[in-house]
Amino acid sequence: MIRVSNVSKFFGGKRALGPVSCEIGTGETVGFLGLNGAGKTTLLRILACDLRPSAGSFTVDGIDGGTTPHRIRSLVGFLPETPPIYPEMTVGEYLRFAGRLRGLTGPHLEQRLPEVEDVANIRAAHHELLRHLSHGYRQRVALAQAIIHEPELLILDEPTTGLDPAQIVEMRLMIQGLKEKHTVLISSHVLPEIHQTCDRLLVLRDGELVASGTEQDLSTRLESCRIAASVTPAHDQAGTGGVESMLHAVDGVHSVAATQRDHGVIDLVVEAGSDIRAEVSRALVHGGYGLIRIDRADLELEQVFLQLVHGDENGDG
Amino acid sequence: MGTVSVVFRREFAEYVRSVLGYVVAAAVLLLAGLLFYAQALGPAAGERLSGEVLARFFYTMSGLVAIAAVVLSIRLIAEERQAGTLVLLSTSPVREWEVVLGKFLSAFAFLAAITVVSSYMPLLVMINGKVSLGQVLVGYLGLLLIGGACLAIGLFATSLTRYQLVAAVVASVLTGTMFLFWQLSLVLDPPLSRVFAGLAIHARHFQGFQVGTLHLRDVVYYVAVTYFFLLLATKTMEVKRWE
Repeated sequence: MIRVSNVSKFFGGKRALGPVSCEIGTGETVGFLGLNGAGKTTLLRILACDLRPSAGSFTVDGIDGGTTPHRIRSLVGFLPETPPIYPEMTVGEYLRFAGRLRGLTGPHLEQRLPEVEDVANIRAAHHELLRHLSHGYRQRVALAQAIIHEPELLILDEPTTGLDPAQIVEMRLMIQGLKEKHTVLISSHVLPEIHQTCDRLLVLRDGELVASGTEQDLSTRLESCRIAASVTPAHDQAGTGGVESMLHAVDGVHSVAATQRDHGVIDLVVEAGSDIRAEVSRALVHGGYGLIRIDRADLELEQVFLQLVHGDENGDG
Repeated sequence: MGTVSVVFRREFAEYVRSVLGYVVAAAVLLLAGLLFYAQALGPAAGERLSGEVLARFFYTMSGLVAIAAVVLSIRLIAEERQAGTLVLLSTSPVREWEVVLGKFLSAFAFLAAITVVSSYMPLLVMINGKVSLGQVLVGYLGLLLIGGACLAIGLFATSLTRYQLVAAVVASVLTGTMFLFWQLSLVLDPPLSRVFAGLAIHARHFQGFQVGTLHLRDVVYYVAVTYFFLLLATKTMEVKRWE
């Protein structure tokens, strides 16, 4: 659906993005992750044909964004970070205006109005002036304008910015509902939103794409192997020193951190070069420890995010 | 032209709903009325011929229309940039020239409505004096043409920036300079004097309309100025996508 080849964007002499290359398939929901200034909004505005890239090229559905951006715009619905609403219009007038801009007319437009108002849950506000609505409502109205023409590609730039927790949950549910009909690109630094909504993540740092994959892919790649285990102490061992020294002797173990809880259970975190859960289990059982659980300790998304955007990762993606 | 009409309708409704539109209309009509009274009916009017009264009316009205055009135009794009609503247009399948033309036509229609409301004054002259309907119509054509040209200059100024104040200053300087070309032509020698006289937005090009004489060259001049600045506004909006 989208093919981006070495796209860069400079504002004055300052590089804001790129060169970035990536591909996004039809029906995917892709999250763009990165700190402020990482280039997320710039990339999304380029894909929405709001900005022109300084270098590189991109296509949407095979249509070249450099030569025929006009054609791409009819395939795209864009929700910018600040809802682009006219305060003096009512919700109905605004959505009609947005629909007409996208070429909808007559019965088709009138049919789409209640549909998108239902999707965005703003039917009750149809006659309200936009200036009287809260930020959350305005955001929903802006989402409705983005989907009124049933675009193949929906681009949402920080869709939950400024929303309260209840509104964030509502917005997330709306976006999840939209995944069925549209290819969706979302930028956000609200990690749970990305975590729960997207099929794949693209991580940007200083204008460059540093990683791409599912949350699991990213955490797996970042972490060599971290094993978490809980054991009951061996009869002849007190404290955590014994288990630490025993596991250090296992091939492939880099470090061991042991913490004993009040009721005696020891929690272990073993850093290893590869997945050696079998060897660690065998050593623990052989040493007389009661193995309660052993598992890979996957990094939480937040840790993945911080490692990637701060450049803690050894290799780039 | 469908999209031009969509943009036109929204912008025109904005003028009708906004305080700005009514303030501009009220100010133009009040000042026009006061000046008309002074020129046609007041003690200073003396024994002027009706044709002279009409010419003076169109002369003063042209200045008011030019100022009103600048005031009406400065919000057209700068305000949208400031409020972040321009992105709705720039990510829709709408070309820059369609946005510019739709906005221009809306401001032009509103300005034309204000101008037409002032027509009771020349009609009074026509009824009580000896001027023809043709003279009145030609005068109004001149007002609309100079208004359109000033609107286009303002639209170009507003396309340059997100700040309405900056747009207002740029539009005022550009329009003022084009008015002053005539004064400049008076102190220069040929051929420069002819060039500046030809470029001046008022004086030579408006004199014919004032007295009811229609010259094609004057119509062409105002249409060309309008087209030129609308084209500049369109190109500016295109270039802004690269910034």
